[in-house]
Amino acid sequence: MVDLSPPDEAEQLRQLHALNRQFERIVPHNRWLGLELVELAPARATFRLPYAEKLVGNPETGVLHGGAISAAMDAACGTAVFQALKKPMFIATLDLRIDYLKPATPLQAVTLRAHCYKVTRSVAFVRGLAFHDDESDPIASGAGSFMLGTRSSRAAEDDKDDRGDERAKGGE
Amino acid sequence: MSRLVDIIVAAKRSGEVMRLVEAVPYARSMGISAITVEGELLGRLSFGEHLIGNPMLPALHGGVIGALLESTAIFQLMWETEAILLPKTITLTVDYLRSGRAQDTFARGILTRQGRRVANVRVEAWQDDRSRPIAVASAHFLLKTEEMPAPAEDEAG
Repeated sequence: MVDLSPPDEAEQLRQLHALNRQFERIVPHNRWLGLELVELAPARATFRLPYAEKLVGNPETGVLHGGAISAAMDAACGTAVFQALKKPMFIATLDLRIDYLKPATPLQAVTLRAHCYKVTRSVAFVRGLAFHDDESDPIASGAGSFMLGTRSSRAAEDDKDDRGDERAKGGE
Repeated sequence: MSRLVDIIVAAKRSGEVMRLVEAVPYARSMGISAITVEGELLGRLSFGEHLIGNPMLPALHGGVIGALLESTAIFQLMWETEAILLPKTITLTVDYLRSGRAQDTFARGILTRQGRRVANVRVEAWQDDRSRPIAVASAHFLLKTEEMPAPAEDEAG
C-alpha cells in the first residue's frame, strides 16, 4: 500500500525530488547526451555532461557543439523548475536564451547548474551556468522562463488552444 | 579533404549543401542535415527515439529543437556569407510555441543583418505545416574569415 496521508513537508519534498530524479533518468534525449544528475536541492539542479565524440561541433578542434550544451542547459533549467514546485505538474519551456561565453575545452566534462529564482502562479524563471571546474569561469549562461501547469510539456499556448487537435493528429 | 575549411569551400563551389553537415559529428549523430527545397536552404532534423524529451506525449526535447535552429542558422551563414570558418554563436534565444511531435522537423534561417564581425539570423522551425511554427529563434554570430584564399572585396558592414 502506498501511504497517501500527508507526511511532513520535508518528507513530501524528499519524495518529489526522488520523483524528479527518476523522471530525468527516463528522458531519452538526456540518456543519449550522457547527462548525469549530480545534485538536487530546493529550486536547484546540477548536471554533468561527459565529453563525447558524437557531441563535437568542430572536428578540428574537438570543441563541443553549442547544441549539446544548450540541450543540457534546457534539461538543467527544467529540473530546477521542478525542484522549485511544491507539487508535481507539467511544465513547458516558453523561452530559453543561451550566451556562449567561451568554447568548452575538449575532453573535459561540462557541469551545468541551474537555479529557479522566481515562481509565480503561471510562470517560473530560471538561470543557469555551464562550466568545467570553476563556476567563475563559465562556458555558457542560460536564462529561461517556463509555463507552469500545462497539460503537456512544451505547450506554450493555452490549454484551450489546439492541444487536443494536435494530439488527435498525432494519433492518426 | 579533411580540413573543415576545405570542406566548406568545396561544398560552396559544388553547391552540395549537405556536404557542410558531413563535417560536423554532432549534426551527424543527431540526425541534422541541410537540404535544398525549391532553391531554399532548409535544416532538417530526422526523427529518432534519441530526440525525445517527454516520453509520455511523446514530444521532442526542447534542446533538440534549439540545436536544429542553431545549426540551420549556421548553415545559412556559411552559405550566404564569405565566412569560411564556422561562425561562432554568441547568443541564441529560442521561443517555444508548440510541442514538437515525434516526426521530422524542418527549419529555415533568414540572415537579418550582416556586419563585418557580427551577423544576426532569425530561424523558424515547423513540422507538417509551415504556417504553424513549433519554435522560433534569434541568434547572433561572430564571423571570422581568417585564411581567406584571396583578399575578398571588403564591402561588408
